[in-house]
Amino acid sequence: MTSLLVIIVLVLLAVALWQLTKIFDLTQVGSSTDTSEIATDKDNNVQGYLMFGFLAFLYIFSIYGLLKWGPLVLHTPASEHGGEVDNLMNITWVLIFIVQAITQLLLHYFSFKYKGKEGQKALFFADNNRLEAIWSVIPAVVLAGLILYGLYAWTNIMFVDEDEDTVVIELYAQQFKWTARYAGEDNVLGKANVRLIEGVNTLGVDMSDPYAQDDIVVSELHIPKGKKVHFKMRSQDVLHSAYFPHFRAQMNCVPGMVTEFAFLPVYTTAEYRELPYMIEKVANINALRAKKSAELIAKGGTALDPYAFDYLLLCNKICGASHYNMQMKVIVDTPEDYKKWLSEQALLVQQVKESKAPAAVEGAVQVDSLKGNDTTAVVKMAMK
Amino acid sequence: MSAEGHDHAMDHEHEHHHKETFITKYIFSIDHKMISKQYLITGIIMGVIGILMSLLFRMQIAWPEESFKIFNVLLGDKFAPEGVMANDIYLALVTIHGTIMVFFVLTAGLSGTFSNLLIPLQIGARDMASGFMNMVSYWLFFLSAVIMICSLFVEAGPASSGWTIYPPLSALPQAIPGSGTGMTLWLISMAIFIASSLMGSLNYIVTVINLRTKGMSMTRLPLTIWTFFVTAIIGVVSFPVLLSAALLLIFDRSFGTSFFLSDIYIAGEVLHYQGGSPVLFEHLFWFLGHPEVYIVILPAMGIVSEVMATNARKPIFGYRAMIMSVLAIAFLSTIVWGHHMFISGMNPFLGSVFTFTTLLIAIPSAVKAFNWITTLWKGNLQLNPAMLFSIGMVSTFITGGLTGIILGDSTLDINVHDTYFVVAHFHLVMGISALYGMFAGVYHWFPRLYGRMMNKNLGYVHFWVSAICAYGVFFPMHFIGLAGLPRRYYTNTNFPLFDDLQNVNVLITAFALVGGVFQLVFLYNFFVSIFYGKKAVQNPWKSNTLEWTAPVEHIHGNWPGEIPEVHRWPYDYSNPNHEEDFVPQNVPMKPGEEVLHH
Repeated sequence: MTSLLVIIVLVLLAVALWQLTKIFDLTQVGSSTDTSEIATDKDNNVQGYLMFGFLAFLYIFSIYGLLKWGPLVLHTPASEHGGEVDNLMNITWVLIFIVQAITQLLLHYFSFKYKGKEGQKALFFADNNRLEAIWSVIPAVVLAGLILYGLYAWTNIMFVDEDEDTVVIELYAQQFKWTARYAGEDNVLGKANVRLIEGVNTLGVDMSDPYAQDDIVVSELHIPKGKKVHFKMRSQDVLHSAYFPHFRAQMNCVPGMVTEFAFLPVYTTAEYRELPYMIEKVANINALRAKKSAELIAKGGTALDPYAFDYLLLCNKICGASHYNMQMKVIVDTPEDYKKWLSEQALLVQQVKESKAPAAVEGAVQVDSLKGNDTTAVVKMAMK
Repeated sequence: MSAEGHDHAMDHEHEHHHKETFITKYIFSIDHKMISKQYLITGIIMGVIGILMSLLFRMQIAWPEESFKIFNVLLGDKFAPEGVMANDIYLALVTIHGTIMVFFVLTAGLSGTFSNLLIPLQIGARDMASGFMNMVSYWLFFLSAVIMICSLFVEAGPASSGWTIYPPLSALPQAIPGSGTGMTLWLISMAIFIASSLMGSLNYIVTVINLRTKGMSMTRLPLTIWTFFVTAIIGVVSFPVLLSAALLLIFDRSFGTSFFLSDIYIAGEVLHYQGGSPVLFEHLFWFLGHPEVYIVILPAMGIVSEVMATNARKPIFGYRAMIMSVLAIAFLSTIVWGHHMFISGMNPFLGSVFTFTTLLIAIPSAVKAFNWITTLWKGNLQLNPAMLFSIGMVSTFITGGLTGIILGDSTLDINVHDTYFVVAHFHLVMGISALYGMFAGVYHWFPRLYGRMMNKNLGYVHFWVSAICAYGVFFPMHFIGLAGLPRRYYTNTNFPLFDDLQNVNVLITAFALVGGVFQLVFLYNFFVSIFYGKKAVQNPWKSNTLEWTAPVEHIHGNWPGEIPEVHRWPYDYSNPNHEEDFVPQNVPMKPGEEVLHH
């Protein structure tokens, strides 16, 4: 209701301003000639000063924004490569702000300074090759630097060394939920295909694949601190995007192929919650939630739960009507806790067995007989 | 060329005696000036619909739990029961807003209007090379617009998979209701739109190459013509690729092929598709999609260059550098598409290549920005509304362009991809900038279009409120993007993590509403001035280009007698050899007068 009022007020304000300009117009009727709609010296003067004012607005708004909204942006990366990303980001930001401050200053200051006067002539200044060269070469050099740094970082982040000691986890996307599959002891994921989806085997894992025997399927993602996690991603229906904002990690999940992204977590969930910036952010959010809860209770609703920080995995590629609520909690454990947690999870093969309890014995025998088969564990990425 | 010009003149003199009916004059007209107006009015109507949609979904984001009567009134009981917006119609609004603004307003509305109006008038031609094809082009555009609007009223709702219509979401009605009939209509509409765009573009190219008047060499063309010409070439090169993508998608949807689909399990069953790849679609889409943003922005750049030189009473700085940068942008625009796909699952090596080409495109863009700023330096600026919008365009183009350095860098894109940061970036650099270019064009050439003047004070109000609101909407949006907020979320209430961004979203929506409402000032000014504006003089802005040598009243063939001959470049403003501060292109060189520019 209040928002409706706000809108009404805005509309009325707009109408009022509109009326004012019309009155302003009527006062000028007397001077109506064919050229009266062309800027006069008076117009140039007023508009020139407004240009200068707009420059002030841009500067003040930018500084206000940096102070007021700057603290809201993602801070302290929770992954190893995130430091590099943020570093490049900060360098780029410094450059952007310098260029922005200078060019907007020149643009608006010139608009103010050289506002036209009747009878005055402009300087005929048509071209200057040296100037053109300067502002081609300087951006070229600066950009070359950014490109080189960017490509160096990109290569480090994106090319995962297959021999590296990593934890292999499959991220499985479907409308509108995430599932994770751990590769288990052998650290190799069993083959999978959507055509094998059946009952509890919701990921279509090929239960005859020897590598699949120790796979674990869970709906909450635990990863160990200090060890590189190699995600292999699949989707069963439409495009999704696995977005881990705090880890500076994102990769699309594409039906029909396996995509990958690897990162090394450097803070456990508990440690990240204790970071000063996060404590402040959570306190701020909880203050906002408390205020909202009070409003809700006044309206006869229930209060909101207080918020505690958790890493999140979000879907960041439009995937359907409930796209806005496709998320998964991510928990970074100490290596010990991680090991302990993983050992408590049931193997997929057991779950499948239990679900078809009476006929299960036969299945187990079959699996054994296939053990010698030479199967590639994971569908290789289309890129390779 | 001169002989040809004569022939044309003769032909047209005969045509003056043809009787024009209402239908041939106002509806199925083959006169470029009338077609230009048709494009403009259609574009404005589509623009109103597109902007209105954005206001609706901005209200939803700002106040997700509120119910608004207006939602119910506009969206109906199905999509907004009791005034609460449904989640699938939210996505439909986002999708159609993008489609309408990019294609129907900023491609057809902008290019269609000003290429049609200015190409024949500024190069000194009687009309387009093919007036009939020009008419067909408009009517196909109109048909595609009608189909797009019809798609809003199908039962399951319009296309809702984003304006990029990535399959499988856009291919499977099981995945989202909008991918049923709504999507079919979307694809048909776009296929017709592309046919229209190709006919228009071919016409522009042929006209610029063949119908220039005597003396109008390529290096005497106004920058408007250069940008329209290059835009048309980009369109001809890239639009057919989107057409092929749309056709293949129609095959996948309706005839069971698997170009873009593979291994899909949805709604409890495995589908038969095998072997296709959605990534292929992304490549095809962005092979148009990226050049498309230049198709949108280049005409705006041309308009701004022209308006700025005229109103600064100064030659555009670095005329040849401007042409070179337009050509460089056009070439590079066709090899940067992959920067939309850094994290699509394509080979990361390709990401490196596209980062390189993408950041290269910043160089010609920087050249343009610096040349505009230098054009203002020591000018005698006539701050007409068109000039304000031109200056505003340079401002938003710089602000939006700079953040492109972040998005074009694959490493940095990882974390801001598909967040509100992207939304802020492209709205400033191509949305607002192109819209400002379009407004500048309308204010500047209104006397040429309708023979009357628009009200300047309403123009000033329109500009200043728009300028503040544009920054008010999109500047804060960068921050919520950097906070990790994904775009295209119907509500953020499921993420307490984003609770502290809600106030920013309310502020953005407030600016959007005020900015949106104030566009009514423009609409009022535009439509009232068509009928009641003050009568324009022939060359109100004291401009050099040929369109102002034609009589105010529109006549078939543009000039009553012979087509004027061109003796100089279009930017002889404040030339020290002349008394006046402008020397139209058709003024012969004085004996012994030197050319003062390169």
